[in-house]
Amino acid sequence: MLYIRIGFFLALRQIRHASLWTTGLIVFVMVLTFLNLVVVSGILVGLIQGSVDAHRRQYTSDVIISAFNDRTYIENSPAVIAIVRSLPEVAAASPRYRAGATLEANYRTRKDADKRNTAGAQIIGIDPVAEDAATHIADSVVEGEYLAPGDYDQVLIGSFLLKQYVPVDNPGLAALDHVAPGARIRIRIGETEREVIVKGVLKSKVQDISRNVYMPDTQLRAMIGRNDGNVAEIAVKLKSGADPLAVRDALVQRGVDQAAKVQTYADAQPQFLKDIVTMFATLGNVLSSIGLVVASITIFIVVFINALTRRKFIGILKGIGIKAGVIEISYIFQSIFYAVLGSAVGLIAVYGMLVPFFAAHPIDFPFSDGILVAHPGETLVRVGLLVGATILAGYIPARMIVRKNTLDSILGRN
Amino acid sequence: MIETKNLIKTFRDGERETRVLKGIDFTAADGEFVAVMGRSGAGKSTFLYQISLLDDPTSGEVVVAGHDTHAMSPDEKINFRLTRCGYVFQDYALLPELTALENVMLPLMMQGMRLSSARPIAEEALARVNMRHRLASRPSHLSGGEQQRASIARAVAHRPRILFADEPTANLDNESSGIVMEIFRELHRAGQTIVMVTHEEQYAAMAQRIVIMDDGKIVSVGHTA
Repeated sequence: MLYIRIGFFLALRQIRHASLWTTGLIVFVMVLTFLNLVVVSGILVGLIQGSVDAHRRQYTSDVIISAFNDRTYIENSPAVIAIVRSLPEVAAASPRYRAGATLEANYRTRKDADKRNTAGAQIIGIDPVAEDAATHIADSVVEGEYLAPGDYDQVLIGSFLLKQYVPVDNPGLAALDHVAPGARIRIRIGETEREVIVKGVLKSKVQDISRNVYMPDTQLRAMIGRNDGNVAEIAVKLKSGADPLAVRDALVQRGVDQAAKVQTYADAQPQFLKDIVTMFATLGNVLSSIGLVVASITIFIVVFINALTRRKFIGILKGIGIKAGVIEISYIFQSIFYAVLGSAVGLIAVYGMLVPFFAAHPIDFPFSDGILVAHPGETLVRVGLLVGATILAGYIPARMIVRKNTLDSILGRN
Repeated sequence: MIETKNLIKTFRDGERETRVLKGIDFTAADGEFVAVMGRSGAGKSTFLYQISLLDDPTSGEVVVAGHDTHAMSPDEKINFRLTRCGYVFQDYALLPELTALENVMLPLMMQGMRLSSARPIAEEALARVNMRHRLASRPSHLSGGEQQRASIARAVAHRPRILFADEPTANLDNESSGIVMEIFRELHRAGQTIVMVTHEEQYAAMAQRIVIMDDGKIVSVGHTA
């Protein structure tokens, strides 16, 4: 305790009378290291998290109930929908019909020798009001207008089905040419064919939206001849603060899992997305570790030079009876000061500026709107890592100098 | 109080050996004020470092306050220096980031005193050297004489058995040197054992006994009037 008390006494006075420029520079290095530790991995994970969040917000919502893999619809859907809507945590539910279809664009102007302009797509039948309440899909309309409840023979088309939105020609994914809001296209589902008007274009980084066509459920039901009310999936939006896991479990308890798959948004994430998150987190940690080593070396050099230039005074301290351990502790306290101050400034920068900034202005990646993910728990672990590495980097050079012969230090002899 | 027998100190630089102290027998009694004189290179500072436990002799015996220093561990030596010795260096050796008061308090705190207990003792020590008005000043704001007086206060605040001084007036003007030496004389009158290395005869004359060294040996010992 005595060593700590005097070590702190010495450290405090050294810090207080240190050059402001030097202190500022060391703290700046610590801030950059902290940002490197938190932001690099945070952005990498955020690329995928942005995609996961968008998939939740725009497609699955908080809980998704979907047909078993070997079925095209949920058995006894009206009863399932009734159960869903009876739960107090549920804010909105959007039942969806689904059917595979072929779209054709140039059927009116095409000559016999011309190639047919077709594209394959999934047609999603929705109640426009319920769907928008669950997924805010209307926000993704970039051209034209969103569907209204009474619309008939009108559809929303995903941007990946339109050539003007697809930057490169992809032979595996056909797109329609010269189609914009107001244009007529033909939809063929099995043997049923219908001409519809494109009311709007949906653009989203969620492929389930950009590669689909949305039409009112009443019309799709008629086209596919489904009169039993059995839907393909139900997106369930929960009230603020409700736990998707608890709602999933409540639905399972009520037997919904006997008729359909019941998943939270996280359960419904494709496995490859989860793998990418893990891989990016690992990659971020590797990059951060390099930053940590660089910061440790910087602190080592700074403390070493500081201790070396103060070697005479270290010798005097030892000469008048101050223990080597006390002097080492004073350098450890100085290192802690730099690391804690750097981390504090870094925390303010991350949570006060960077996280809100990237939330408001996501990084525009082709497959997601990248955000900065910085979970407080993980960030605290990184603060601990930085402080720990800094303590070690401060202690070693201090020990090297302090352990030198006392008289040699006082007289400046090597 | 201090006794050395056949004290030898040799420095080695590669293959070359330089014997700086060549078998010194010396004694200083409790409460005695001894001045060590000699020309540059005579070995007087090296001798002081050996008897003040700042350095280890190559061979020979050093007994200080009844303790054979050869048998002490490095930690015991540090403790001994902390509790039994006081040091006044030629260049004052005050810590630049501490005030005069804090410089004096530091060894007291290392002995386990709380800040509140160390403070009045340090203030009293500084008052004894007429530095009460500069307690909060840092060394860079003190004159050379004031720094040396603060250094003396630090050396004696914990009431050590022996005060070692290495050329304490070498960097001072005549007036400051006179003040410093007057403080030494006062301390000696109060019973302090002092061993002082100096090359200035008028200040050596203020000691009880003058030891003259040359070429690593004591060549004469004389008592002052």
